[in-house]
Amino acid sequence: MNKTLNQKAWLFVIPVFVLVAFNAAVPLMTVVNYSFQETFGSNVFAWEGTRWFKEILHSERFHASLGRQIIFTFIILVIQLPLGIGIALTMPKKGWGVPVCLILMSMPLLIPWNVVGAMWNIFALPDIGFLGNSLNTLGFDYNFTQQSGDAWFTTILMDVWHWTSLVVLLSYAGLNSIQPAYYQAAEIDGASRWDIFRYIELPKMKKVLTLAILLRFMDSFMIYTEPFVLTGGGPGNATNFLSLDLVKMALGQFDLGPAAAMSLIYFLIVLLICWIFYTIMMKDEGRT
Amino acid sequence: MSLELKNVEKKVGIETHIHSTSIKLEKNTINVLLGSTLAGKTTLMQIMAGLDKPTNGEIWFNGENVTGKEVQKRNCSMVYQQFINYPNFTVFENIASPLKIIGIKSNEIKERVGKVAELLKLSAMLNKKPDELSGGQQQRTALARALVKDSDLILLDEPLANLDFKLREELREELPKLFEDRDCIVVYATTEPQDALMIGGNTATLLEGKVIQYGKTLDVYNKPENLTSARVFSDPPMNIAEINKNGETFKINNNNVEWKSNLKIKDGKYKIGIRPHNITTYKEGKNSVEINGRVLISELSGSESLIHFTNGELNWVSLSNGIQSKNIGEETKLYMNIDEFLYFDQNNRLVNHG
Repeated sequence: MNKTLNQKAWLFVIPVFVLVAFNAAVPLMTVVNYSFQETFGSNVFAWEGTRWFKEILHSERFHASLGRQIIFTFIILVIQLPLGIGIALTMPKKGWGVPVCLILMSMPLLIPWNVVGAMWNIFALPDIGFLGNSLNTLGFDYNFTQQSGDAWFTTILMDVWHWTSLVVLLSYAGLNSIQPAYYQAAEIDGASRWDIFRYIELPKMKKVLTLAILLRFMDSFMIYTEPFVLTGGGPGNATNFLSLDLVKMALGQFDLGPAAAMSLIYFLIVLLICWIFYTIMMKDEGRT
Repeated sequence: MSLELKNVEKKVGIETHIHSTSIKLEKNTINVLLGSTLAGKTTLMQIMAGLDKPTNGEIWFNGENVTGKEVQKRNCSMVYQQFINYPNFTVFENIASPLKIIGIKSNEIKERVGKVAELLKLSAMLNKKPDELSGGQQQRTALARALVKDSDLILLDEPLANLDFKLREELREELPKLFEDRDCIVVYATTEPQDALMIGGNTATLLEGKVIQYGKTLDVYNKPENLTSARVFSDPPMNIAEINKNGETFKINNNNVEWKSNLKIKDGKYKIGIRPHNITTYKEGKNSVEINGRVLISELSGSESLIHFTNGELNWVSLSNGIQSKNIGEETKLYMNIDEFLYFDQNNRLVNHG
């Protein structure tokens, strides 16, 4: 059969190109543009080459906030994944408890980030906040605005409260998709509760858990609003995570060049870790 | 060895899933539970296995009351309609899993798994994972897991239902052979009468949570105790008509089909059951009677022709060998094999046992 050459199809793709150009390519290229230049007032630019990248990669400030970020994300994943799976395992599978639990679990997810930050700020205030006041009454010397340990504790607690539900809901969906026959077969084999979890539930949840880890990694690695409202990065630089630091550099100090270079490095780190992780997790999946 | 259910009943809330059932399965038999979906086949099997407790009644195994005894202590195995294997174990590890749990030595495990794998043609894929296998191979793995353990009771819950036609045929032929030399009771649930006939052994017909009849498969097929059992064990569905007997003359109500028979039963009203393959476009058997009808549907199934037609306000289904093409709406003449008729009295009980 002879194919006729027909270029009209390109017309149909143009709207998508325009859309992608405006929401991704143009902003990204603007940042790339800034990252190679020095900016002066009244639109005067000077070419700087890779200077900003070198500066950022060697700056102690960047290393410090990247370190904080990695520790924070690591703690978040270590707490939220087992906790989320654990809660999902104990949730009822039928009856009136199901909608009650699902609604309770969805609630934190429906609250806007800055509201969560404000809520926890008030909740944790050492003098009038319920959490802060209770802890101090119990004899703990708690003040998240003064002590960096307390600031970390509060930020992590807030994130666990806000986002563990996501892991719960994903795990719950994964668990519910396991056919009852699997449990029966395991029961007949005489498998223990741990065996069932290890050899049936966990492998069957692999895909949703991969998704949960990816989402939780990306969100916690890019966290901004909640710590901004809760601690503002303080006390000192204690909770100054990458996004907070970036915004300070770009909008506080107005160092647009280094900030642009830092954004790109930040973006590449997220992309790289996600890619590595996804590739490892999905290594066995492509064979079928 | 025997498995006996004594007046077993299962209720969930106000719903009765199994009506009081008594049935005794003997050693070295394959027993088919035949019934449509929701007939209670799976529930009955779960009660037999000990996965579910009956509301009333007792289960006896080898002369021991095992009601309420946990499934792990009962040495039984089960294969499901879905292909149930441990997803991240290889085929070898899957087959070995029941043996590992009861603590058998690794060289014995190797030997036994090897044997079963050979029997089920899995030897070449022992190192693969279940999701790398075809559906048929996955189900073979599940079967191997059930066989490797030397269970006293092997339960197969519609094991072929999710397989495509060819694999189903293949595995169905192998199944009875797999259990031939085994010291165990096999229970096989299916919705298809054809499965029961091919597997042989014994058959229990089930409807709405009741065991209608239990006996040798061919006996249940040829001499259904009652109309319900006959209906369950017929696919395509059995033709049923009201008839009148007067002396040696039998006549179908509402039409002019009549025949003579020296069947020794009282004069009066009866019901007749005719399996579709006993109505054909050609004469079959010594005694046959003509029936005229208007064709409703005519379809081919392999080398058989299924013709649906109307006669005397009733819809009939016929199944003939070969390709018999009929046009819809066409008037046609078919023959019914009198010797294969099943006669039922007004209480739906079979009257021609002979």
